[in-house]
Amino acid sequence: MTAYPQLLFKNRHLGATVSLDDYRKSGGYEGLAKALRELSPAEVRETVKASGLRGRGGAGFPTGTKWTFFPSDQPGEKYLVCNGDEMEPGTYKDRVLLETDPHQLIEGMVIAAYAMQIPVGYIFIRYAYARATAALERALAEAKAAGLLGANILDSGFAFELHLHGSAGRYICGEETALLNGLEGKRPNPRSKPPFPAVRGLFGKPTTVNNVETLASVPHILTGGADWFKGLAATEEGSGTKLFGLSGHLKKTPCLELPIGVSLREVVEEHGGGVWKGRRFKACLPGGASTPYLRAEHLDTSLDFGPLEQVGSRLGTAGVTVFDETTCMVAATLNLSRFFARESCGWCTPCRDGLPYVCWLLEKIEAGQGTLDDIDNLRGQKHNIDGRSFCALAMGAMGPVDGLLRLFEEELIDHVKRGKCPVR
Amino acid sequence: MSQLLDNETIAAFKAKTAAVAHPRELVIDLLRAIQEQVGWVPDEGVELAAEILGLPVIEVEEVATFYDKIYRQPVGRQVIHLCDSICCWSRGGEEVARHLRQKLGVGFGETTADGAFTLLPTCCLGACGEAPAMMIGRETYGELTEARIDEILEQKRKTI
Ligand SMILES: Cc1cc2nc3c(=O)[nH]c(=O)nc-3n(C[C@H](O)[C@H](O)[C@H](O)COP(=O)(O)O)c2cc1C
Ligand code: SF4
Repeated sequence: MTAYPQLLFKNRHLGATVSLDDYRKSGGYEGLAKALRELSPAEVRETVKASGLRGRGGAGFPTGTKWTFFPSDQPGEKYLVCNGDEMEPGTYKDRVLLETDPHQLIEGMVIAAYAMQIPVGYIFIRYAYARATAALERALAEAKAAGLLGANILDSGFAFELHLHGSAGRYICGEETALLNGLEGKRPNPRSKPPFPAVRGLFGKPTTVNNVETLASVPHILTGGADWFKGLAATEEGSGTKLFGLSGHLKKTPCLELPIGVSLREVVEEHGGGVWKGRRFKACLPGGASTPYLRAEHLDTSLDFGPLEQVGSRLGTAGVTVFDETTCMVAATLNLSRFFARESCGWCTPCRDGLPYVCWLLEKIEAGQGTLDDIDNLRGQKHNIDGRSFCALAMGAMGPVDGLLRLFEEELIDHVKRGKCPVR
Repeated sequence: MSQLLDNETIAAFKAKTAAVAHPRELVIDLLRAIQEQVGWVPDEGVELAAEILGLPVIEVEEVATFYDKIYRQPVGRQVIHLCDSICCWSRGGEEVARHLRQKLGVGFGETTADGAFTLLPTCCLGACGEAPAMMIGRETYGELTEARIDEILEQKRKTI
């Protein structure tokens, strides 16, 4: 198998959760030392910007840009929040990262806090991640005891306090403004944007929200340099390595670190060992439950932000879920739609009422009782929901529906014409 | 009902409430602590949390009822959350669900007659590489087969 440079998973061979000692032996906290001793906050922001790092939480916003927009020089309360909600079906990379080497996140957060001159941070972690939570609790205690958190970090005069918040379920908590409400102890419905969190975030103060993997990548950028990090990508436009979580109908379903921009074919055939049971590849979700499907003709697409958008999908969270030839795509889309309908926070009508209607249409079609009008109706719902919901949950829900309508229209029509599911 | 929280824990939360700038942020910690003690969060639990945090009861209730891992109804001694999201679905999740229902003799949202287990569906547990998966209490079990489920349930029954 092709061996690639490992940053986030470089200590994975150790087997157990990496301790502070082992993390330091592998060069841990050297990025922080470099930032605090050699670079100004603005220089750290510029380094991250030059690296081309893009957010790993799903939206792919350039991290350095987010950091340079932040009112770093504004005195007073400001917050850094790590989004560890990770509840998008098909996504489990942040869990593996935290269970493996949690100090990377802490180091990345201290560097980010220094870069934006933020005194207080929170890690928001989902309920189901009990092991990752335990790993983080231990790492936080180790870091505090070693003077890597708290007052006067590494004798630099910089202080940063970091708290862990355990949540209690619900996918919408991963949406950054809902997450902020959740952290404040309010009902976690999303907030309207603008004002963006950088202006009015946690407790009404300027706040930066970043994903676990995004922040954990930062120490490596500091130690290796922006150009080196950017050059790790498999594509010219890409930057860095990326964690891919494989799932679905593959022989092997590991979570692994690969150059961003590797081809879907390599992921499926090499790292996933090919489609299971000797069957053929029918489709995949390239980046979690909210990304439109890809088909066999897309196998040579690079798994990076730009190339995936060009073929009508998204990199999302890079959780690759594969479906073999026996899968009914109407049934798969129904399963996905039910997830989004159930996880809707109920705040706005297109989502709260539109998603159950989408489910009802798909149920009808899957049961063989659909009409061609129902398919048109499904298309109409996509139009009604996309761009009209209060937050991006409902738009994400329309990702697979869009893929179904574009790539599997014949299969939809077949359901109607035969009066039954032609696949199952 | 057993006591909602022991006096020590109540005192600790009161001290924390006094020490932090925004006491409301402790509401999930508090509800989770009550649930750990009682098994679920009864009305009195919501009232206690409101009292400790100095919030109107309704503002705790609207938080408590939002989250699916906070139980506002009585549950069995163990709660089984079976993932029904796409990766588990693609690897036999529906058959696993059928087997669990049959084995326990209950449907989703129900508790076994002996009060041992409550069965609930859940969205993705982040165990997609080991699908199908379920969570019992705080522990996740992957690569479920009928035989493995039987084994896990038997072992759980012994501990509760
Ligand atoms: C419904 C919904 C759920 C989301 N869940 C997560 C999540 O679990 N983790 C995450 O990092 N970002 C999630 N996001 C994206 C966040 O809103 C935000 O863009 C991200 O945390 C920013 O970090 P990044 O720039 O480092 O990616 C979600 C967005 C939506 C709309
Ligand atoms: S789109 Fe859905 S999740 Fe987002 S605010 Fe509207 S109802 Fe809530």
